[in-house]
Amino acid sequence: MTSIQSTVFMALQTNDDTRPIIEALQRDNPDAVVHRLPAMVKIDAPGRLVLKRSTVEEILGTDWDLQSINLNLISLSGNVDESEDEMILHWNR
Amino acid sequence: MNTQDTRRPSGKKLSLKEKYAQMTRGLGWDTTYEPMDKVFDQLGLEGIKIHDWDKWEDPFRLTMDAYWKYQAEKERKLYAVLDAFQQNNGHLNISDARYVNTLKLFFTGITPAEYNAHRLFSMLGRQFPGPGAAIACQMQAVDELRHVQTQIHCISQYNKYFNGLHDHTVMNDRLWYLSVPKSFFEDAISSGPFEQIIAISFALEYLLTNLVFMPFMSGAAYNGDMATVTFGFSSQSDEARHMTLGLECIKFVLEQDPGNAAIIQRYLDKWFWRGYKVLGLVSMMLDYMLPKKVMSWKEAWDIYFVQNGGSLFNDLSRYGLRMPKYWEQSVAEAEHLSHQTWNAFYNFSGAAAFHVWLPSDEDMAWLAEKYPNTFDQHYRPRIEHYRKLQAEGKRYYNPSLPMLCQTCQTPLIFTEMDDPTRTSHRQLEHDGDTYHFCSDGCRDIFAGQPDKYVSAWLPAHQILQGNCVEPGAEAAGDPGADALRYFHVVAGQDNLDYEGSPDEANWLRWKGLDKMPPAAAA
Repeated sequence: MTSIQSTVFMALQTNDDTRPIIEALQRDNPDAVVHRLPAMVKIDAPGRLVLKRSTVEEILGTDWDLQSINLNLISLSGNVDESEDEMILHWNR
Repeated sequence: MNTQDTRRPSGKKLSLKEKYAQMTRGLGWDTTYEPMDKVFDQLGLEGIKIHDWDKWEDPFRLTMDAYWKYQAEKERKLYAVLDAFQQNNGHLNISDARYVNTLKLFFTGITPAEYNAHRLFSMLGRQFPGPGAAIACQMQAVDELRHVQTQIHCISQYNKYFNGLHDHTVMNDRLWYLSVPKSFFEDAISSGPFEQIIAISFALEYLLTNLVFMPFMSGAAYNGDMATVTFGFSSQSDEARHMTLGLECIKFVLEQDPGNAAIIQRYLDKWFWRGYKVLGLVSMMLDYMLPKKVMSWKEAWDIYFVQNGGSLFNDLSRYGLRMPKYWEQSVAEAEHLSHQTWNAFYNFSGAAAFHVWLPSDEDMAWLAEKYPNTFDQHYRPRIEHYRKLQAEGKRYYNPSLPMLCQTCQTPLIFTEMDDPTRTSHRQLEHDGDTYHFCSDGCRDIFAGQPDKYVSAWLPAHQILQGNCVEPGAEAAGDPGADALRYFHVVAGQDNLDYEGSPDEANWLRWKGLDKMPPAAAA
């Protein structure tokens, strides 16, 4: 182990498609920190970050396919666990 | 005809996990008249033991149908932007024409590397008997080819207006500084299949692409280059999948056999250092070449290596793995890396396919703020000295050919980190010859595989041996002029300072700045 605190992140393009995704991430991960850089939003979280389809759908008011995240995802870190309902980034599974 | 869809007999759709399992299991090539180890003949060479390929799982559970659907949509988005960029003369909306020099470096150094990655994954897919792994390699090979193509399409608009972008494949083969990324790839592609995975998925994707495609592409956006940021993010969305899969692959290998860990650690040590050495070029792109700066190299290294890499190694520690050798040195060097790299290009700009310049007062204030421990102390005085020489009409060029590191092929331009006035130089005897290295890391890599690295094609040596003459052309007798022609660098057009270049003259004319009094134009 290093003395470094493990964090995961998800980086998304800045556009209208990702606004509800970022909002959902903030809602479901109170510890997440949102960094807004030119053209890019990077969301860091200690250890674990979850993106829930149901939260995005609630914000959008319509159906949303979780795999469509691939269109606007720039990068991420952590182990990925993906199903139809949620995408979890985490260390120490 | 069986028109079976992805529904169960009950009529319910398959879950993502079930769909992935259906499309990646039982599709392997189980040979009948040849033994498996003859057909997959590279698998045993490295001593890595795999007992059950079915344990391989793609965490994104991407199947080919979903892959084509999302890739096609990414392409449509990207090409819509490229159309708009061309139709609206997007090249005139960048912050400054100096910015285009980052693209010259990217296009000649990184785009051909994407093509090599495509070749590598095509070969790798052939070597893995597990269908999950083979399909992942196939997708990645297609992705990398897409990156090459989209980058060429994007940069072609710049190539119509700026110099130095006309021949990226030949330049990548021949230009001295491009042998650094080129040798990284050739080292990787000539390794065993598992070493290739570590080289690409860990060193290239996890380290290098995050540093190139996140802070640099964000910088491209900040400098008004809508075409580059779009292909950059489009590429990196594929890379995000690749690095996730790479991590999964590393864990898969580690979980298959306890004996694998020692081999993987050796690969991580080697490829961390190989990848890091390529990043010297990226450090100067961030600190010196972006007219409007987003983030310093040191900040980027802290975020994407120390923080992000540290998290990864925390996670891998349960398998007995540790941070790669010499990582602390890379952190200490972050205070110096970009300054020393840019200095080398300032010295050797006669032989480069992009322009250089001295930082402005404003740039130096930014560098001093970002590098409070080193810039004013070591690097500002040198830049001010160069400025003075330039003002006197005595612009300094280094007339010699630099000594190159036998492993990473970087010129010996870096100093000892505890003494920024002393060149870092290591040596090793092998078979009666002395070999030279830029660092302990590169010397160790050589010592591990000396027979591989003694055959390295080192540009400085080749120039001196008279091997860098354009085929079919008569040697001019001046190795410098011959080498430039061999590199396909047009002297006086592609190389030397930005000030006084045709690129600068065109830019000032297009922007209407050439009619202003000089003080206002600057």
